[in-house]
Amino acid sequence: MCLGVPGKIVEVDDLVAKVDFWGVCRDVALHVVDEPVAVGDYVLVHVGFAIRRIPPEDIAQTLEFYRELVEEEATEAAEEARRS
Amino acid sequence: MTNDPTRLEFRDPARGSELLTRLEHVVERAGRRISVMHVCGSHEQALARYGLRTSLPRGLRVVMGPGCPVCVTDAPEVDAAIAVASRGVHVVTYGDMLGVPGQSISLEDARSAGARVSVVYSALQAVEMARRSTDAVVFFATGFETTAVATAAVLDAQPPANFFVLSAHKYVPPAMEVVAASPDARIEGFLAAGNAAIITGYGLFEPFAAEHGLPVVVAGFEPLDILAGLIRLVELAVEGRAEVVNAYPRCVTRDGNRPALAKLFKVFERRDGEWRGIATIAGGDLRLRREYAAWDAREHFDLAPIADAPEASELAGKCRCGAIMAGSAEPSDCALFGKECRPDSPRGACMVSSEGACRIWHQYGLGLRSERELSTLRVRESSA
Repeated sequence: MCLGVPGKIVEVDDLVAKVDFWGVCRDVALHVVDEPVAVGDYVLVHVGFAIRRIPPEDIAQTLEFYRELVEEEATEAAEEARRS
Repeated sequence: MTNDPTRLEFRDPARGSELLTRLEHVVERAGRRISVMHVCGSHEQALARYGLRTSLPRGLRVVMGPGCPVCVTDAPEVDAAIAVASRGVHVVTYGDMLGVPGQSISLEDARSAGARVSVVYSALQAVEMARRSTDAVVFFATGFETTAVATAAVLDAQPPANFFVLSAHKYVPPAMEVVAASPDARIEGFLAAGNAAIITGYGLFEPFAAEHGLPVVVAGFEPLDILAGLIRLVELAVEGRAEVVNAYPRCVTRDGNRPALAKLFKVFERRDGEWRGIATIAGGDLRLRREYAAWDAREHFDLAPIADAPEASELAGKCRCGAIMAGSAEPSDCALFGKECRPDSPRGACMVSSEGACRIWHQYGLGLRSERELSTLRVRESSA
């Protein structure tokens, strides 16, 4: 029940959007989405309601965050190697 | 496992093993055992499903707290739904609720005995059923704030007069307070559920972190999200920094989804309520405001509160769901786990729900005897 599923909007009709969940299309309610959405937008869907428009730049931010963490590891490993 | 960010799957195995290495080093540097808690069934599912549970560093204990809404739904709340259904009224609810035992039977048992009980995947579907019928339809509405927002949305849209809501919705933040204050849990930080934070915003956790002196990291549900979140959380815990970090930036903002939050509290108010097996949580229940009394099943069907008689049976007395959800025990610590209590014959709510810790552990073969012996060995090893 808690799961949020991301999908892509393929059609919008007032408060209902058709969302493509990577092959399976479903109607999704737009009553509580955080900002206006349009065809092509990614949304996170929970129990049939879109609860978040996922801006594409924020997807890049996630990948950047992973990279940052791995880089911290590399930096530290290099420092440790230098010290020893 | 694919790695396709355009499908919003963050499962790159190479990145995963790099993050795991980072986590191992962060835990190693702590030089002691670290315990943290997550409060979400979806986190537990991801931990089990992607094999993270068995590959986490030995010095890191990640326990599941009160993160399964189905599991914390109190037996008298289930009994109220059964009471309405047994009057011949059509009761609809989320699928996970069917098998959850009330004080004597479940909704599924009631259905087998002739009651009209149906499953829906959305509050909208429940409203549709009422629209297509002249009979009353009672939506037994369970779930945390993210799910309650959906119920609030349909009530705010003026549903038909034969649609009623029996709310068992719960609000997580005060339950985190109770667990944080419990000496049994011995938690050094929280991995907060991304979905709830989408609604409430991560700013909500700032006073919590300051008050309890515990770090909070908001994390998403993909395996890489969880690893990244755990790295930051352990770092903060080791450095003793009671800060809030958002490790799910693609979905969570500081202020949350304001329109959704406004709708939630327009329709619901917070009341003190029982969380099954855990405690009475001040402000932990979401109940309909007076303005929505016309759709409130408790008002319309005059449902008197049902008294709770816990530990009614011997088996129920042995069930450790409460301790498991409070973070002071793991499924494998329960004598019933995998024996009298299995997915096909659940004794406690944690084995009923697909989001319950016991059900997830059983499904993925975690915590069975060999694993238990293994962990005993690990504890001995780490304390040696």
